[in-house]
Amino acid sequence: MRPIAAGLFTVANGPARLIGSQCARCGTVAFPRQPSCPKCTSVDVTQRLLARRGTLWSWTIQCFPPKSPPYAVDDPGAFEPYGVGYIELPGEVRVEARLTEADPDRLRIGMPMELTLVPAPGSETRGVVTYAFRPVTQEPDHGGAG
Amino acid sequence: MSAEDVGIIGAGIHPFGRHPGVTGLQMAAAAARAALADAGVSWHEIDFAAGGSDAAGNADTSVAMLGLTGVPFVNVRNGCATGGSALTVAHAMLRAGSADLALVMGFDKHPPGAFNPDPGDWGLGAWYGETGLMLTTQFFAMKIQRYMSEHGISAATLAEVAAKAFRNGALNPNAWRRKPLTAQEILASKMVNHPLTQFMFCSPGEGAVALVLARGARLRGPSRSPVLLRSVAFRTRRFGSFEVFSPSVAIESCPSPTAEAAAAAFEEAGIGPGDVDVAQVQDTESGAEVMHLAETGLCQHGEQEKLIANGATEIGGRLPVNTDGGCLANGEPIGASGLRQVHEMVLQLRGDAGARQVPGRPTVGFTHVYGAPGVSACAVLSR
Repeated sequence: MRPIAAGLFTVANGPARLIGSQCARCGTVAFPRQPSCPKCTSVDVTQRLLARRGTLWSWTIQCFPPKSPPYAVDDPGAFEPYGVGYIELPGEVRVEARLTEADPDRLRIGMPMELTLVPAPGSETRGVVTYAFRPVTQEPDHGGAG
Repeated sequence: MSAEDVGIIGAGIHPFGRHPGVTGLQMAAAAARAALADAGVSWHEIDFAAGGSDAAGNADTSVAMLGLTGVPFVNVRNGCATGGSALTVAHAMLRAGSADLALVMGFDKHPPGAFNPDPGDWGLGAWYGETGLMLTTQFFAMKIQRYMSEHGISAATLAEVAAKAFRNGALNPNAWRRKPLTAQEILASKMVNHPLTQFMFCSPGEGAVALVLARGARLRGPSRSPVLLRSVAFRTRRFGSFEVFSPSVAIESCPSPTAEAAAAAFEEAGIGPGDVDVAQVQDTESGAEVMHLAETGLCQHGEQEKLIANGATEIGGRLPVNTDGGCLANGEPIGASGLRQVHEMVLQLRGDAGARQVPGRPTVGFTHVYGAPGVSACAVLSR
């Protein structure tokens, strides 16, 4: 399985990490990486791998199938609701992501979350993975705590 | 009234809803004719026009139906702020003395179901849409979800906002959804994006609005009671604001474009939020109305729970909000919504709003639109 898009995340040195950027002038972190700083307008930015763990800042459950396109689907009749949230990576940025949890009773603002990779929608035909966050239920399994 | 005063002397609307076989441009032309008739001026006299739609064509094409008079006509395509932007441009032209009589129009015609924008049009990679993140409904759900936890807003309040919208819509012959629903029915309707149910969301729809603006000598006439456009302000997002279609958001926060546009509009008008008698705020879903009431300065954050429970935002309450049923009852034809709010304000300030007229002859009105990717336009009107 290959990444859904180049430059979003890497598995080059162990567990998956999101690829962001950081402004060399004001320190602002952005995701996905971008060639300029959204805060101070500087173009002096460098790549930064983001923390793998954070807390759930807000969330919702996507209960209806998004229109396709742009949504990628294998079987339009087989839609399952999925969670979406913003995860606050301390001192960095809040990242929007799919959640592995789709049960509203098991999601609460402030709960610890960690990065993982999941098959992307439409992956049966395309064979791609994307990033997601899952609730932290145990110690990280690969020592990659951000 | 000074020579610099700019006002609205004509307002026209094509009913909102679904109109098979009628194009957006045809609706726009109908609204324009209605506005001209209301103003008592002919299309030949209009010396500036601006307008637009998001998905129903170029506004200036309507001259083929209205008449080819050579009028300078600026097309605007600015998302949910399309109408507000057209109003901003026309207001500035009149203020500058570059025109005397202006027409603004906003219209749209969307297919059923949620919007499905192309990520590329919004500077995002295809992956954002493919993975199911390219939905405005998710943004509104996550914004109100966070807001509820920070400011003690309940799901019951979200339902009350929608119930009010449908009650008001039932009194508005131009509204799309005219059947009142109880708060219980709204809460029990299908979950769309937690915590928002089906009837807490507006639906993309169809409709058109046009307004005739005038300045100086054209503002007043024997049969005219102009509504003054005291200010129009338009803003985009700053760094740190939480907005639609954002793969990430800064941890530091700043005032939203809504807060900044509202503050600028009040400052320019020399009128404060406390002076507002009737308001129209963007209610893409019921949580948006709750949050925008505080962002615009019409109330304090967290105060909405009590205000709404006490009926303050009802027609007849202390601060009537979305008296025409808002987006929830009228639907969301993107290009038309902002001007619909102003149209409603003209009727309310004239005392012509019929069954939904705010009692006590309101003198100050306020309108607010908000949309992707973080734009807002606000206006202050008075009679």
